[in-house]
Amino acid sequence: MNDQASDPAEQPATLLQAQRLGLSRNQEVIFGPLDFSLHPGEVVLIEGDNGSGKTTLLRILSGLLEPYDGEVLLHGEPLTLARLSHQVALLGHLLGLKLELTALENLRFSIGLGGIRRGITPELALASVGLEGYEDQPIRTMSAGQRKRVALARLLLVPAGLWLLDEPYANLDREGIELVNRLLDHHIHRGGAALITSHGAYAYTSGMPRRIRLKAAA
Amino acid sequence: MNPVLLWFHKLGSPPYFYRFAGRLIPWLYAITIIGMVIGLYGGLVMAPADYQQGDSFRIIYIHVPCAWMSLFVYAFMAANGFVALVWHIKLSETLAMTSAPIGAMFTFVTLVTGSLWGEPTWGTWWTWDARLTSELVLLFLYFGVIGLYHAIEDTRQASRAAAFLALVGAVNLPIVHYSVVWWHTLHQGTTVSLMGPSKIDPRMLWPLLTMALATHTYFFASLLARARVSLLQLESGKEWVRSQLGSGNPAEVSHV
Amino acid sequence: MKYGTTGAACAALLKRDLLLVWRRRGDALNPLLFAIIVVSLFPFALGPERTVLERIAAGTIFVAELLAMLLSLDTLFRSDLEDGSLEQLVVSPHPLSLLLACKIFIHWMTTALPLIVIAPLLAELLHLPDRVLPVLLVALLLSTPLLSLIGAVCVALTIGMRRSGMLLTLLVLPLIVPVLIFGAGACNAAQSGFAFHAPLLWLGAWLVLALVLAPLAAAAALKISLS
Repeated sequence: MNDQASDPAEQPATLLQAQRLGLSRNQEVIFGPLDFSLHPGEVVLIEGDNGSGKTTLLRILSGLLEPYDGEVLLHGEPLTLARLSHQVALLGHLLGLKLELTALENLRFSIGLGGIRRGITPELALASVGLEGYEDQPIRTMSAGQRKRVALARLLLVPAGLWLLDEPYANLDREGIELVNRLLDHHIHRGGAALITSHGAYAYTSGMPRRIRLKAAA
Repeated sequence: MNPVLLWFHKLGSPPYFYRFAGRLIPWLYAITIIGMVIGLYGGLVMAPADYQQGDSFRIIYIHVPCAWMSLFVYAFMAANGFVALVWHIKLSETLAMTSAPIGAMFTFVTLVTGSLWGEPTWGTWWTWDARLTSELVLLFLYFGVIGLYHAIEDTRQASRAAAFLALVGAVNLPIVHYSVVWWHTLHQGTTVSLMGPSKIDPRMLWPLLTMALATHTYFFASLLARARVSLLQLESGKEWVRSQLGSGNPAEVSHV
Repeated sequence: MKYGTTGAACAALLKRDLLLVWRRRGDALNPLLFAIIVVSLFPFALGPERTVLERIAAGTIFVAELLAMLLSLDTLFRSDLEDGSLEQLVVSPHPLSLLLACKIFIHWMTTALPLIVIAPLLAELLHLPDRVLPVLLVALLLSTPLLSLIGAVCVALTIGMRRSGMLLTLLVLPLIVPVLIFGAGACNAAQSGFAFHAPLLWLGAWLVLALVLAPLAAAAALKISLS
């Protein structure tokens, strides 16, 4: 039901740690107990079939959901929404983009909410994800793949060290998948960390990410 | 550790509560029945007729205890809701949610018996004075809590949301109680006080207090019985439930 | 890098929500039309006699505007829930209660303020005496934010339910009855020549309390509903 991730003692300070995590819904155990930790410069891939609880796990790690059992530690402190500060960026299943607004307006709002890294602008971010010229296009008129790219542009802009990405490869073509991998590479080389879920179709191919496999409860 | 505290702690465990409640329920029902028989006999037969209202005042022996219970049960529900939200105690969630329908029933009976009393006394089935209106609002609050609880699929989330709503609506309780003091209303003022003398003939008072006791024990008996059933459903996968249902008498699992 | 301050976040949220209302400004007229239609039904139902309409004018306008606001409450969080923006607000580093307060403010401003602006028109339709109009406007200015705030808590509890319409009304109504009693009561008192300041002061006191407590309650309710 779970996978123990081994943890070399010489690693730099732990970013995120899950201890004996478990969740149940309507008296059914979804997963647990789960233990793992995440360090700067690491990518962890959470794999599992549909219904195995990947999205739920991500929501617990982002503070949206409280686990049934166990706890999550961020920088050694128990994770509460109050303590998140600017460290976590969540790319959820629903992208969090307002359909009525343009790409640029959405990005400007995200900057207002989450701050901005040095040396980058929304226009530059859009160009990096291949959407140059789409700044003033309403999200409503974009395809699913283009919307995904706008959401990825947001990741480039906000100064969060920990990325929690739910199915980042969904809705993307081959180029898009390479884009995601490039962004992840760049992010971990800067000292960031990422936790991504995937139902196994396309996966992070650079280096060897640690894999945690969730199985749907029998 | 203090034995009382220890017992409370044990009580929070569903299997222990299930057994404890099971032993307590028959006693509570017994007291209820005896109390109601004595109270109703004292009120309907023995107490003298009211000098103003004649015999129609006797509905007080149902109306007033139910009114007191409608407020008490809401406070009980809100208190358990608070405990459930702050300390995540599962038993409190169950107690809060199972008391809602009982409280709604008491409120409904209060309104109906009040209406039946109002007709001969005031000449009207209903009036929009402060106490009646706030009691009606209380009924809607109960419906809201029950409705919200049933509208959410996950039981635990449903109880927490409904408990939260109950707390928000608790602000209505002092309004109902003090409505006869704050506003000039058709409804009579406070006659029975906890501290100090009551303005009611003692021969009329003791059946009323007996009925009050009986309604309290009825509430707890009904609550515990329902809570037991609820706990069985909630914990249906667990070991203790299987052993209970396997060995126990199926007739035990029922509620009024 | 520059971290977003809470002030900047609130400013960004206010701007975004205003922009969103502007993009769908046609929809913003719906509560207005509803209130006008409801008020217009009464002369048809009760007859056009001036004295009759005068008597019920204040209360009817109040009820119509409250109902119009109730109908539009659902839109407070719905679109944010459906596209995932609400999640982003919840996991953002800023106090959720403050962010929700901003959203409630914009919602009130774009729903209730127009209703208050047309109140004189509705007053004219029902022959409300001129001297009562200022009292009506003040009462509406105090009650409509209360409705937005209390409504927000109830919407937060029922968010995500598909057929939440009737349930939402059931939840909001008991809590809003005192506001209606005091608000319309002040107008009726003014109309009969009695003192009307007390109910208005009560409304003011509740409003101040709600301004502080309701966003906190709504944030807590939202966290429960989203979990």
